[in-house]
Amino acid sequence: MPESSHGASTVEFRHVTKRYHAGAKNVPGAVNDLSLIVPAGKICVLVGPSGCGKTTSLKMVNRLIEPTSGQILIDGVDAATRDVIELRRGIGYVIQQVGLFPHQTIAENIVTVPRLLGWSKDRQRERAEELLGLVGLSPATYRDRYPSQLSGGERQRVGVARALAADPPIMLMDEPFGAVDPIVRERLQNEFLRLQEELAKTILFVTHDIDEAIKMGDLVAVMQQGGILAQFATPSEILASPASEFVARFVGADRGLKRMSLSRVSDLELRRPVTARVGDVCSEARRRALADPFAYLLLVDDANRPVGWIGEDEIPTEGRLTESMAESMSPLLDRRTTLKDALSMLLDADVQAGIVVDRAGAVVGLVTADMVADWMRMTAVEAEFESASAAAADEDPPAEPAPVGA
Amino acid sequence: MPDRPLVDWAWIGDHLDDIASRTVQHLAIAGMAVAAGFVLAFVLALAIRRWPRLDGPIVGVSGILYTIPSLALFAALVPVTGVSLLTAEIPLTIYTLLIYIRNIVAGFRAVPADTLEAADAMGFTSGRRLQEIELPLALPLIIAGVRLASVSTIGLVVVAALIGDNYGGLGFFIRDGINTFFPTKVYVGAVMSVALALVVDALLVGLERRATPWARARATRAVA
Repeated sequence: MPESSHGASTVEFRHVTKRYHAGAKNVPGAVNDLSLIVPAGKICVLVGPSGCGKTTSLKMVNRLIEPTSGQILIDGVDAATRDVIELRRGIGYVIQQVGLFPHQTIAENIVTVPRLLGWSKDRQRERAEELLGLVGLSPATYRDRYPSQLSGGERQRVGVARALAADPPIMLMDEPFGAVDPIVRERLQNEFLRLQEELAKTILFVTHDIDEAIKMGDLVAVMQQGGILAQFATPSEILASPASEFVARFVGADRGLKRMSLSRVSDLELRRPVTARVGDVCSEARRRALADPFAYLLLVDDANRPVGWIGEDEIPTEGRLTESMAESMSPLLDRRTTLKDALSMLLDADVQAGIVVDRAGAVVGLVTADMVADWMRMTAVEAEFESASAAAADEDPPAEPAPVGA
Repeated sequence: MPDRPLVDWAWIGDHLDDIASRTVQHLAIAGMAVAAGFVLAFVLALAIRRWPRLDGPIVGVSGILYTIPSLALFAALVPVTGVSLLTAEIPLTIYTLLIYIRNIVAGFRAVPADTLEAADAMGFTSGRRLQEIELPLALPLIIAGVRLASVSTIGLVVVAALIGDNYGGLGFFIRDGINTFFPTKVYVGAVMSVALALVVDALLVGLERRATPWARARATRAVA
């Protein structure tokens, strides 16, 4: 997905352990022999119950916490050997409480790291404007405000902008959307994913919410009490074949539904509807509709935009098609709609098919409940197969992606 | 004194110059102690910030010093430092310490932990963090300390008149008024001293407002 990943770094945890009391295990926040590789430009979500060590793991990357043993390599270089101030200035950091500086304006907050790096005032100002725009806040409105004058969602956006200010190759995000209501969270997540498509940063993202993990992660690391890595895989692999009882329980009984929220209409091979334009000859349209197994004809306008369904038996044998013949409409989907949303919308409709349209609103194809069910069955089998072969490969420590630019 | 009015306005009219110069002197004596105390307390508060275990001892000692009666302290210093400005300034400075240290330390502690963590995570050095994050955020409580110290010192300068004519500011009038049974002087000294304290306090409130624009922004939030 991301093409330009030269702005990103590989982050590798190599046998990283953090103990809080000498020798004691299972202390909340402890981490036990964590090894994983986050390839450049990917989002890796650390997820697990509270006290599982996910936040500790995150904070060891920018050395807010120092590991007891093991190494964290950034582009192959041990973070412990780097100057801590310089290291941190190259890593974006977003936390749940946002941690904006209440005494600084939004613009000042955003350019914190550029200021520390000694950028010129003009360059700082430009960068602040650019980033405000990037996170969807109008510079003229927000630049000179103070954090206390913003809503929770706006503050989160500023937090993201601030983390991005010096264009760091790595971002650490600790429950970055945790403090806002579900609707705002959903929107922020979507916007962030869209941003990431362009930015292609290497992101470590902590959450306790498995749904968020599945949605945001290219890779998901499920952690359990004692700081143990229970599974590290792609979201669909984790949903299709949890590595342990713990992961299965953590992922939840509705993992089938969750998988559907991972996949989009564009993953399916769309059915081609029988369509006819307003003004077409009825008899010809009727003949074509009857010849197709689907019981409805889709009436479209001159620009191929859907007008409505006509039951094939309802099509007159003579005359021409008019708009008033359309009996009902189906929900309109686009290629980005998740299968979960598509299914729930089309189950509600009179004619149980979702009409997929392009940007201009022209018909591209149809989605039916059967198609979604088939796709689910097919991909479950594939994932089972993949994870079985991955498990076999896991016997050796993962060494797949070579560090970039080391 | 039934033959003399309580306030002799004519005397006041004749001595405006004198009152003005005593007021300036009062302000100068108080100002030196307020400034010296601030510097000393700030250094001690920074030490507490760096080594939190110093909190108990430092606050304890300045608390004990604070309980020494001022009259006694001024008198006790005369044999040591003589009739000098120093004899006035040492006790006045000592009395500001407790107020300052408590407020400055409270100011640093009031900075939210996640703000500090965010600053660390973004690569602030400890000096810049102090200067750009902690100090501005501690400012309201620090200025509250300066207000308290100023008001209390301006009141205490009066007592320093005990040392000699030139070390009590407006206290000179009060002492002299008592000794000569001339209440007008007592009233002038007291009223001017109170007025001075109120004016200085008001100026510091103004300064705090100007120095913390973000605090006002909070109040005007609403519509957004």
